[in-house]
Parts: sequence; structure tokens; C-alpha cells
Amino acid sequence: MTAPLPFDIIVLGAGPAGATCAATAAEAGRRVAVVDEQPQAGGQVWRAPMGGFPGKGDADQASGDALRQRLVTSSATRLLGHRVWSVVRTETGYRVDTLGPDGPTALEAPSLVVATGAHERVVPFPGWTMPGVIGLAAATVLLKSHGVVPGRRLVVAGCGPLLAVVAAGLVKAGAEVAAVVDIAPRSAWLARLPAILGQPRLAARGLSWALAVAKAGVPMLSGHGVRRVEGGAAVARVVVGPVDAEGAPADGPERVFEADGLIVGHGLTTASEVTRLLRAEHRFDRLRGGWIPVIDGAFQTSLAGLYAIGDGAGIRGQAMASLSGEALGWHLAGRRAEAEAARGRMAAATPFSDAMAGLMAERPAQVRAIAPDTVVCRCEDVTRAEIDAAVAAGATQIDQLKHFTRCGMGPCQGRSCADTVQELMAARLGTTREAVGQWTGRPPLRPVPLGEVIGAFSYDDIPIPTPAPL
Amino acid sequence: MSARRLHAASPRVAVTIDGAPAMLPVGESLATALLCEGHVLLRHSPRDGTPRGAFCFMGACQECAILVDGIVRQACLTPVAAGMAIALKGAS
Repeated sequence: MTAPLPFDIIVLGAGPAGATCAATAAEAGRRVAVVDEQPQAGGQVWRAPMGGFPGKGDADQASGDALRQRLVTSSATRLLGHRVWSVVRTETGYRVDTLGPDGPTALEAPSLVVATGAHERVVPFPGWTMPGVIGLAAATVLLKSHGVVPGRRLVVAGCGPLLAVVAAGLVKAGAEVAAVVDIAPRSAWLARLPAILGQPRLAARGLSWALAVAKAGVPMLSGHGVRRVEGGAAVARVVVGPVDAEGAPADGPERVFEADGLIVGHGLTTASEVTRLLRAEHRFDRLRGGWIPVIDGAFQTSLAGLYAIGDGAGIRGQAMASLSGEALGWHLAGRRAEAEAARGRMAAATPFSDAMAGLMAERPAQVRAIAPDTVVCRCEDVTRAEIDAAVAAGATQIDQLKHFTRCGMGPCQGRSCADTVQELMAARLGTTREAVGQWTGRPPLRPVPLGEVIGAFSYDDIPIPTPAPL
Repeated sequence: MSARRLHAASPRVAVTIDGAPAMLPVGESLATALLCEGHVLLRHSPRDGTPRGAFCFMGACQECAILVDGIVRQACLTPVAAGMAIALKGAS
């Protein structure tokens, strides 16, 4: 095994937060490595076009291109298409092991920046595992980066600003949108109007999306949720119905939409695998996407040299992610005044970011209304009823539930279901999310083929211990 | 879910899908290429055997983990390359 490559700073994640942090620190003279599992920098919001798609040529693409260009021009070492499977604390800092297109790589640095972003939360309903049901964030990948319309006639459902982004993108691309189904009542958006108007450029974009959808004559159902998806190996119909102010199903007529696909998402949850693996201190913050690492004013976690920025440190959106990356980049380069200035700009962006986070936060009543026979853990096909049975049998903490049911033990390692399962358990026990806790982080952070992680070696290089004396 | 591209696909290369010859655009995400070719169903869940397709398209959910050249790969993180042997039936 070769010695790890030495750097001053390793940044995990090349989205707006991570790439900005890496470029800022590298431009200021630090030796920086930035790692991302995607083939190009930009994160999910500024994903680069790929596979022959020239891109939409919109504002997001321009922002992403500018950031990618800045990163290329900087001295930062880019490890793209690299999956991080192990992060450990060493005597002098942190060691990161990745698996890239050309095999394994190891890096070492006194400072480690976690900018791993978010995962989409989809609260289960009957039929959500059917092929043809995809995430709202998945649809943005297909539309923005791959240049693909995922269906002929689609229902767009869930909550938050992505509903309008995706619906408008589909309409523009010539797909038929059968309906837009928003869990939030219209009043929830109106209540946030002052904060939204505080960011006129973003507010104008949001308005243009809503107008494009309305102009296409798409039915917009506020205060509604998906009841079930009907079909078999493919989506045939989506059944929706009214929900109450808390997001739980309410009395009222169901509506059935013929569709060949459902695009659905219920907000974002922090991707906290790395800080959990390192046993940094976390706290539960529903508005910010669930369990988030505790950080100080300089983005440092409870562990020296370990920093968290962007949505991975709590859902705040792209503008805040970019600013936190800039602030930390300057800070790690020892440039206090510039870091302070960037932090000051974060304060101005906070009301808008809070308004959006509020629309996308988990709604406990929606989770608690999941039917007993609905699959909650997709990987291991664990139903709500099985989770309830495990609690009845004595599981009081989330790791125990995993032992009882295999929930969260599948290849996604709990990324898809953690937030939902923890909420279900807390509800059943009548306790807090803090009491239920979060799953212990374990390596590997991503499933990786063992043979590829080991890499090429010669049998002659394997140390053979001296035999014990007879 | 009948997906279509908004652009001219990149040059196609020969692969096999469950042993049958097929042509997919080189460099496109394998999950997206399969979706555009009508392969919405990629696998069955290991416990209950329910049908599954790509779900998150960004490397998190593992629903698109299929066998490529005999190794389990996340199709959404795997660019299409010439000669790939793709197995939709065997992976779990």
C-alpha cells in the first residue's frame, strides 16, 4: 500500500460549498484536495451537462461553469469520480481513502472539510417502490444534466421549491404534467412571501416557474398528498387526496390521474455520514433537515480540524452554501477579514433560506400516517408494521431497531429511510428524536467492490510474520 | 415511464443487456441510457422480490445497482462504455 498523499486541506464534496471552499483556500496558497463521486464539480444544484447533452444554457449552468472553471484554474487537486469509502482520524489529522476510475487513492491532511450536501427525503406511501416513481431531485438531474424527460405524462408531487422547478422544466421540455400536488397549503407559501421577496432575483425565478406551469393549464392541488400509486411493474395511476395543515391525510375526495410516472420528494435531509463516522457531536434540528453536526462560528465541529459547511451542516440552500464555502476557505487560509466579510453576507441571505427550509422540513404527522403494510426501508423491504412490532418487542434505540429488523442495514445504509424510521420510532415510544438517536456511522461509507479497494498487489509484498518457535 | 432525450444522443457503442446485443450512447449515465431504451424495471428487491427501477439518479439510494461485467455497479454513477455486459436479471 502506498503512503497517503499529503495536503493542508481535504474537502469532501465539490458542490457550491465544497468547490468554493477548495478554490478559495487554494488561491490563497494552501495545498488542497477536493473529492466528489460525480464526474464533474458543481454538486446537485449546478450539475454539469453530460452524455452528449449541451445543457440548458440557464443561470444554474452558467454558475456551475464559472465554479468549475475557477476550480480548474486554482491549484486544488481535483479527485472527481472518486467515492470516499473510509475516513479516519490520525495522530496528525485525517486520512481519506477513495476509489476512483483508476483504483484506490489515499489522502492525508490536518484539516478535513465535510461539504457532502443533502439527500432527498421521500415519505413512504403505497407504491413508492414501483419503477417509474422517482425523486424530485432525480428529475432535476435528468432535466438539467442528462437532457432527458423521464416520461410522457407525469404527476409532480411533494413539497418545497423543487415542485415548481421540476414542473416548469417538464412543461418547457414538452412533457405533459398531469398535476402538481403540493402538501403545503397556499397559506404556507403566502406566510413566507415577505422572506421570499427579500431575495428578488430568486423570487422572480420562482414566479416565472409558477407562471409557466399555470400557463400550460396544469392542475395545481395545494394541501394535497399522494395516497397511493397503482400499477405493477410500471406506474399506471397516481391517486391523490387532501391533507391537513400538518400533512396527514384529511377527509375529502380522492382524485385519480393517469400517468406513466410520478416525481415526488418531501424535502432534504443532511448527508451526515462522515461526521457521524468520526463520532463528532450532532444535534437534531428539524428545520435544518434532521441530525446535523454541531459547529462553532468558524464551521469547526466538536473535533479539532474537522469542519462542516453547506447543506451537510444543515439545509440552507445554494446561496448560503457558497458563502459558507468562501468564509471557511478564507478562514483556513488565515485571512480573517475576508472570512468575516463572507460570514456577514450569510446573515443577509438567512430569511429566504429559512423560509425555503421551513417548506421542506419533515412533517411528523405525515410520517405517523404511514399505513402498516407500507414498505419503509426500501433495501430490506421492512414495513411500518415490522418497525412497530420491533418497538413492541422492546427496541428503544435506533441501532436496536436495526438489529431487530435489518432496517437501514441494506446497501443504501439508511440514507433513504433514516429520517422516517427515527420519527416513526419516536412516535411509537412517545419520546423525542434525541432519545431514539441516529444510526452509528460505519465504514465503508459507500458500497465498494473489495477487490478494487485492495488494488493491485504482489504476493511477494505481503508481510509474512516469523513463525512462532516450536 | 417512457423517457426521451432532448438532444441528439452521443455516438452509440455496442453492449449486451442480459446477453442480447444493444447500442447505447457512449458516456451517458447507464441508468439514464437504460431508462431511455425502455428499461424502467432494473431488478427485484432481494427480500420480497418486488420490481424496482432507478430512483434517486445521484448515487444515494442504490436501487439501480446492477451487474456490469460481473460486478455490482450503481448504474447512475457508471458511464456507458463499449463492450459492457449488463445484467438486469441477476443483480440484487
